[in-house]
Amino acid sequence: MLRLENLRAGYGPVTVLQDVSLEVNAGEVVTIVGGNGAGKTTTLRAICGLIKPTGGRITVDGKDTARLSPPGIVDLGITMVPEGRQLFPFMTVRENLMLGAYKPAARARIEERMEEVLTLFPRVRERLTQLAGSLSGGEQQMVAIARGMMANPKLLMFDEPSLGLAPLIVKQVFGIVDRVVASGTTVLIVEQNIVHTLQIATRGYVLENGKVVMSDTGPALLKDPHVKRAYLGV
Amino acid sequence: MDILLQLIANGALLGGVFALISIGLTLIFGIVRVVNFAHGEFLMVGLYATWIMASQLGLHPYVAALPLAVVFFFLGALMQRAIIQPLMNADPHIQIFATVGIGTALANGALMLFSADLRSVDLPWARQATDLWGIASVSRGNLVAFFVSFAATGALIAFLNRTHLGRAIRAVAQNRYAAPLMGIDVNRIYAITFGIGTGCVGLAAAVLAPLYPAFPTVGSFFVLTAFVVVVLGGMGSLEGAVIGALIIGLVESLAGYYIAPDLKEVVYFAIFLGILIVRPAGLFGVRGNE
Ligand SMILES: Nc1ncnc2c1ncn2[C@@H]1O[C@H](COP(=O)(O)OP(=O)(O)OP(=O)(O)O)[C@@H](O)[C@H]1O
Ligand SMILES: [Mg+2]
Repeated sequence: MLRLENLRAGYGPVTVLQDVSLEVNAGEVVTIVGGNGAGKTTTLRAICGLIKPTGGRITVDGKDTARLSPPGIVDLGITMVPEGRQLFPFMTVRENLMLGAYKPAARARIEERMEEVLTLFPRVRERLTQLAGSLSGGEQQMVAIARGMMANPKLLMFDEPSLGLAPLIVKQVFGIVDRVVASGTTVLIVEQNIVHTLQIATRGYVLENGKVVMSDTGPALLKDPHVKRAYLGV
Repeated sequence: MDILLQLIANGALLGGVFALISIGLTLIFGIVRVVNFAHGEFLMVGLYATWIMASQLGLHPYVAALPLAVVFFFLGALMQRAIIQPLMNADPHIQIFATVGIGTALANGALMLFSADLRSVDLPWARQATDLWGIASVSRGNLVAFFVSFAATGALIAFLNRTHLGRAIRAVAQNRYAAPLMGIDVNRIYAITFGIGTGCVGLAAAVLAPLYPAFPTVGSFFVLTAFVVVVLGGMGSLEGAVIGALIIGLVESLAGYYIAPDLKEVVYFAIFLGILIVRPAGLFGVRGNE
């Protein structure tokens, strides 16, 4: 479904991604593992069209996305749940969810979709009329994920969904991620807490200094000596 | 008739005029985060346009309001696309130079084309007084401006709160980074918002034309008050702008009578500063949403 071939990208004169190749097939859960500043967020931003590649290709179902704007990429069925939730703070949770289905294709069946998403995340239903900015961090993350699901994406990308949350809440957020996976949505996830993600990932890529240095199935990476040493501290 | 009630009626109606002029500025500032210093000159252009339509084509100014608002919508959207958009990521100073430059060019253009003479739309009906339940007597044109002001603000608020496009416009204001991830074309939203804000000025100009003559610097006559209203209301809050406009109108009317006509501006600037000291984000502003 999604393919990155020898992707180069960065910010202005700074090249962050030197050479990133990866793919995500329908039904998979793929994770990118890497240290701080390795370029994980940059990779996701390039896929969303928020930054333009300076080399290599990104294709979605064989279609090159180089000329597409972020809304055009949303049209292809790719949605990101960004780092730090990024809700619309002075709007209600319901309005945030409605904005998730802004594109005409999703808007056409917004009511049914809202029901499906709220059935998947009952906790969000209790907060519908509250301002998004007044929610706790964990609740905000749930709303951000639910908002992403409102687009009915083919591929949902997560950037550090557990960042800044207390351990108990992290567990709940992972429960939600598991539910998204169980609902049949294809997932590309970046997460510092790699034990959980590698357990559920069909495949994982290790990114270091803007290059993919290793890739394997999730459980295999979890047993890999280099991954253990560098990312699990054992 | 009690003079106090009359003064309150005058003040409220003046507030309506200020609100009408300020809503477009408020919207543009609140969403696009650009201060349009050419706002007053847009009003001036609208007053001339209404005068031309009335004197050359015999169009009633209230009938001219709709086409003028539509034409101004497209002019505003075009200005945003052609001039503001390339400067969106530039230094705020550059944006100020750009909009001040446009305003100055428009004012001088008007001076060249129409000289400094006052051009008034001839609509005696609007200047006639009408009696309000025996407590005050106000001009009909002013009453119309007051109601149009409330209707336009109400319609705009309903549009922003209840439609998909309106919600997208607020989304862009609240989180510029997240909006494109929802599939919202941020640049298109900016152009539309600039268009709506400018359209409001077109509407205001047509409604005010029977009350205020057109002259090249009429914009600067109104625009200072409009800026005060925007800041007082909470930088981008439409409800706040209306309340702020009413306060300024009332203060101007009451201070002009009880204190001294020359001092009314001093009084409202004092109140303005006082409110900002107590509520730095403005009457309806939300901290962090400035
Ligand atoms: N907007 C930006 N402008 C310039 N450089 C940036 C920008 N954002 C990130 N960078 C740089 O790009 C590099 C990769 O950043 P990126 O955010 O992709 O890392 P990451 O793998 O997501 O790290 P983290 O685990 O800390 O989130 C870093 O060196 C960072 O300083
Ligand atoms: Mg990151």
